[in-house]
Order: sequence, then structure tokens, then C-alpha cells
Amino acid sequence: MRMIQPHYHAIARTAQDYERMAMSGVVAVVEPAFWAGFDRKYPETFLDYFRQISEFEPTRAAEYGIRHWCWVAVNPKEAENRELSRVVLDQMPEFFQKPTVLGVGETGLHKSTPNECEIFQAHVELAMKHDQLVLIHTPHLADKLHGTKKVLEILKGMNVKPERIWIDHVEEHTFAMARDAGYWVGMTLYPITKCSPRRAADLVDRYGYERVLINSSADWGPSDPFLIHECVLEMKRRGYSLNQLIDIFHNNPARFLGQNPKFDIEPIEVRPLNGAKPGSA
Amino acid sequence: MLTPRKVLDDYFLETRCQLLEIAATLDRLGCADQAAASNAASAGDAAPDDPRRALLKAMLRVLVEDNGANQRAQRLLELHSEP
Repeated sequence: MRMIQPHYHAIARTAQDYERMAMSGVVAVVEPAFWAGFDRKYPETFLDYFRQISEFEPTRAAEYGIRHWCWVAVNPKEAENRELSRVVLDQMPEFFQKPTVLGVGETGLHKSTPNECEIFQAHVELAMKHDQLVLIHTPHLADKLHGTKKVLEILKGMNVKPERIWIDHVEEHTFAMARDAGYWVGMTLYPITKCSPRRAADLVDRYGYERVLINSSADWGPSDPFLIHECVLEMKRRGYSLNQLIDIFHNNPARFLGQNPKFDIEPIEVRPLNGAKPGSA
Repeated sequence: MLTPRKVLDDYFLETRCQLLEIAATLDRLGCADQAAASNAASAGDAAPDDPRRALLKAMLRVLVEDNGANQRAQRLLELHSEP
């Protein structure tokens, strides 16, 4: 089944991931800028990182027939360093011109400190000024509920287009508040610390999948890009049709990301060759 | 033997994850019950008297008991054993 992996940290993964994803239906990955596991000291390090994900990584993915796009941002954890963040923010518009950069992300909050909030707001303002999409990271574990409320509070006070903003890492306690406010929501499947394939399927059972993106992130920590495939299997067991699964795992990412014309993968559906209307193939 | 702090450091997040899965499974069962109650077509699968319901509740009670014996895993398996 064709699918799009909308949140994937390719630089932390080996080529074997690409090969196995290509063999199992992934046609595109989208790579947000994120925390490297340590706090970087120099703005230039970020700029080289942005070059890596916007110039080099697409060539690595292309070896396996996978399209690669990316986002640029100072991640919420390093946004605590206001001075460094401001210098990087000043350089980010240069990257908006690149053919595979879709927007600003992942910005957002980590511990919801005043510095983080200021830099998050600056990221969103920059994105709106340059008509970019926005990907927002919400905090981990015990910080998530408060941080998600804070993200929504900050956005509410700004002149934003909710349909161009994706609030990621929602779980049971944050799904409805983010989507009801008009934003796209993302469920990130992790082995331990975020959502699981079964719980994501439960949320789709309960709320439907309008403005929902399911991803498995995959980074340098315990993570597994194939958890989205596990989620597909779980939903198939629950009776979702092939076209519904394509709608969730391929078309929804195409719809959201396609708001930036650089992302040119169109929604699809499966039809019988005899021309009958699509059923539960 | 691990120290108490090491047990918490090593297993807290994993246990949190496992408990969330249990909570989600019970929610799933509750939602399925509600759907079956309002849908005659699936009423035959409602299984209101399925003994596994009571067994799950009994097992959950064992988890929160603290009688000092530290034999919760053994007791769960005994609960789920043929006499």
C-alpha cells in the first residue's frame, strides 16, 4: 500500500530504513529539523544541518525511489537559547527558497519556558510572513498537557491560518482540543513514549481521520519507522477498507503538505479495472 | 538485585506505556459494548457474560494490592489457570 511518512528523521537512520520503507510502500518522507541529542553552540551548525536535510538527504532517499522533503527550525529544546535562535531565524528565509523545504518545523515547546514561548512565537510569525506551513512539536510525557494548552493559547493570540498548521504528538488527552481549534493533528507512534499503533487506531475509531496525520517519527532513540505499517495492519483488522487506509496514510499527508505547491504528490484511490466505483478492495 | 531507584529508572516509562495500553484496551471494550447495545446486528457478539471480563477485573485488583508478598505475577497466572 502506498503511504507517506510525514515525520521522519532520516539523518539519524541508515540506508537500510530507506530500502525497507521503499519495499513496503513508502513513497515519500518528510524530515523536520530536530534536536541532535546535544545542544548546539553555533548558528552555522544549524545552517549546515539545514543544508544536509534540504540538499543531501533527498539524494540519499532518491537512491531508493523515495521522495524527500524537509522543514527548518530551531527545535523547542534549543530554543531556550534566544540569541542563537534569533540568528538562525534570520537565516531561515534563505532555505524557504529551496525546492524541498515545505515550511517551519518542528517548532513548539519543550518545557514551556518564557524563552521557548518567545522563540516559538517568532517561528510562527516568520512562517506566516513567508506563507510557510508550520509543524509544531508538543512536549513529552508529563509536560504534554500543559504545553499543548500553551501552544494553543499562543496561537490563539496570533493571526494564523489553522489549516496550514500541524500540531504533532497528540494523544488521548490533547487530540480533541487541538483539532477542534481547526488545526491538523499528528499522532506519533513510538515503542514506549508517545502513541502506540493500537491507541492511534482507537483515536481514529473515536474521532475519525479528518485533519489527522499518523507518523512514526524515527530518530536516534528507541523508535521504529515501521510502526505506521503496524497501525495500518491494526486498522485493517478493524475493518477499514484499502481506500480508507490510503486516505489516512497517503492522502491526508498529501492534502496537508500539498498546501505548499512544492509537494506534488496527489491524493489517490484504488479502482477496479472494470471501471466500477471503488469499494472495499 | 536492583535498587528501588534503578527499578524506577529502568522500568517506569515502560510500565506507564503498558498501563496506557491496558487502559486503552478497556476503553476499546467499553466502546464496543456501547456500539453493540445500539446495533442489533452485532448484539450476538456482545458477550456480556464472557468470563474474561471478570477475570480482567480480578487481575487488575491484584496489581494494586500490596500485601508485601511481591507475588503479583504468580497470582495473575494462578487466576488465569485451570483449577
